[in-house]
Amino acid sequence: MTVADLPRAGIDSAAAPRSSAAVAALSIEGVSYSYGARRALHDVSFAVQPASFTALLGLNGAGKSTLVALITRLFGLQSGRISIFGDDIASAPGEALRQLGVVFQPRTLDLDLSVMQNLQYHAALHGIGRGEARSRADQLLTRIGLADRAGNKVRDLSGGQMRRLEIARALLHRPRLLLLDEATVGLDVKARADLIGHVRRLVTDDGVSVLWTTHLFDEIEASDDLVILHHGEVLARGAIAKIATDTGTEGLHAAFRQLTGTDHLGGAS
Amino acid sequence: MSAPALERPTGFTPAQYLICLNGIVWREALRFLHQRERFVSALVRPLVWLFIFAAGFRQVLGISIIPPYETYILYEVYITPGLMAMIQLFNGMQSSLSMVYDREMGNMRTLLVSPLPRWYLLSCKLLAGTAVSILQVYAFLAIAWFWDIEPPHIGYLTVLPALALTGLMLGALGMLISSGIKQLENFAGVMNFVIFPMFFASSALYPLWRVLEGSPALYYVCQFNPFTHAVELIRFALYGQINWISLAVVGGSTAAFLIGAMLAYNPSRGLGRRGAAGGET
Repeated sequence: MTVADLPRAGIDSAAAPRSSAAVAALSIEGVSYSYGARRALHDVSFAVQPASFTALLGLNGAGKSTLVALITRLFGLQSGRISIFGDDIASAPGEALRQLGVVFQPRTLDLDLSVMQNLQYHAALHGIGRGEARSRADQLLTRIGLADRAGNKVRDLSGGQMRRLEIARALLHRPRLLLLDEATVGLDVKARADLIGHVRRLVTDDGVSVLWTTHLFDEIEASDDLVILHHGEVLARGAIAKIATDTGTEGLHAAFRQLTGTDHLGGAS
Repeated sequence: MSAPALERPTGFTPAQYLICLNGIVWREALRFLHQRERFVSALVRPLVWLFIFAAGFRQVLGISIIPPYETYILYEVYITPGLMAMIQLFNGMQSSLSMVYDREMGNMRTLLVSPLPRWYLLSCKLLAGTAVSILQVYAFLAIAWFWDIEPPHIGYLTVLPALALTGLMLGALGMLISSGIKQLENFAGVMNFVIFPMFFASSALYPLWRVLEGSPALYYVCQFNPFTHAVELIRFALYGQINWISLAVVGGSTAAFLIGAMLAYNPSRGLGRRGAAGGET
């Protein structure tokens, strides 16, 4: 069983939007952030459309993880506005966060608890009762091939298994927007392909919106919406073909090189 | 593609708040049970004071009849409430240490991206730590009973609300302190500046009239130390009485520490030095 077999997320009616107006799954408007005197983000604006796969591409240090921390409210906004399906994360954080599933770059599982206990804890944090949590967790664990490890401590899992568990955990409360920050770090080639494939199916089959941050070109497809972030600024956004046309280049590599003035070093492509 | 037009509830029901509280307390209890050495060390510390220190000082420090006691008591009996408070003091600091650790290791992110209000999540974390400290105190009392520390039976019940309040106060203090700590490595120094002064400048080991005889200045320091009032609140409650002044001080201090901790808590502290998500910025 692979990550590609993860259950479809489905859309929780409790997390559905309040109106039928077409609102962006994620809207980022004029966001800037500084660590003291050091500027990490400057006037960042872009949107993730509902049921789309948006890749946020940038080298290490581009500001991707700072942006993730702002979207998840780990950092407070210094300027600008972020909303999830129309709910502002500053004025309506509860409504915004209940629609968001997150996989952080570092592991955030509790190593001393079992696989099932980690999922149940996450469910409790979203106000999901024990019975319902157990049912959803059983289903997810079966699909990712960890049903027989439900009672094992997380520290006994492999790195790939932990990442699969984190994806399953992020889906447990049935979010409409999934945010994955460099989720394939530490995975082998097959596990990485399985993971990306599954996440893409969540978009096409279930209408989940995805923001995928990465520094790897080969995780991006021609049909994706793309945002290029470099030194805290959005240099380009849109379809790859459009970005290539706008920059007068052929393909993503050349466009990226021209926009950033750097050779991409992180590619597995 | 536009978003589906479904109606949804806003906010959370009381049941969902309760589920969240249960989940956090349950996780804290599980972690405590898994860390057996933490449980043992939490008991060994006060027991060493009771079995060794108190035995040595029994003949040196005479205790006159002071409320809530109605007769002469052994020194071991006198310091028991202080040791109960000491357990909660260490637990409160250890809980905040755990928050700093969780913040560095990433587990705290799981808690903080919950859609429930952040003040509520932190309060739940505090309540969970308090519940664990009360378990430790009762385990200590059970062992102390074999050492002839036998408060009235009703005292085991009447002391419970006092322990809940003092546990909250000391946990909130720990949370307030942890809010100002950027790195796990800084915590030991802060502990030394908080735990030892609070414990020794209090009525935990000696009655304040004794302190007054030795140093009037220290006496006033002890009077202003909220830990003194935590000890006295527990002492009176263990004998079925209420020390109203201590109750007011502990209640007020709990509110002040709690508000301070909520206002000061900044999840980005400790994350920034390694980047927002542990690897980069």
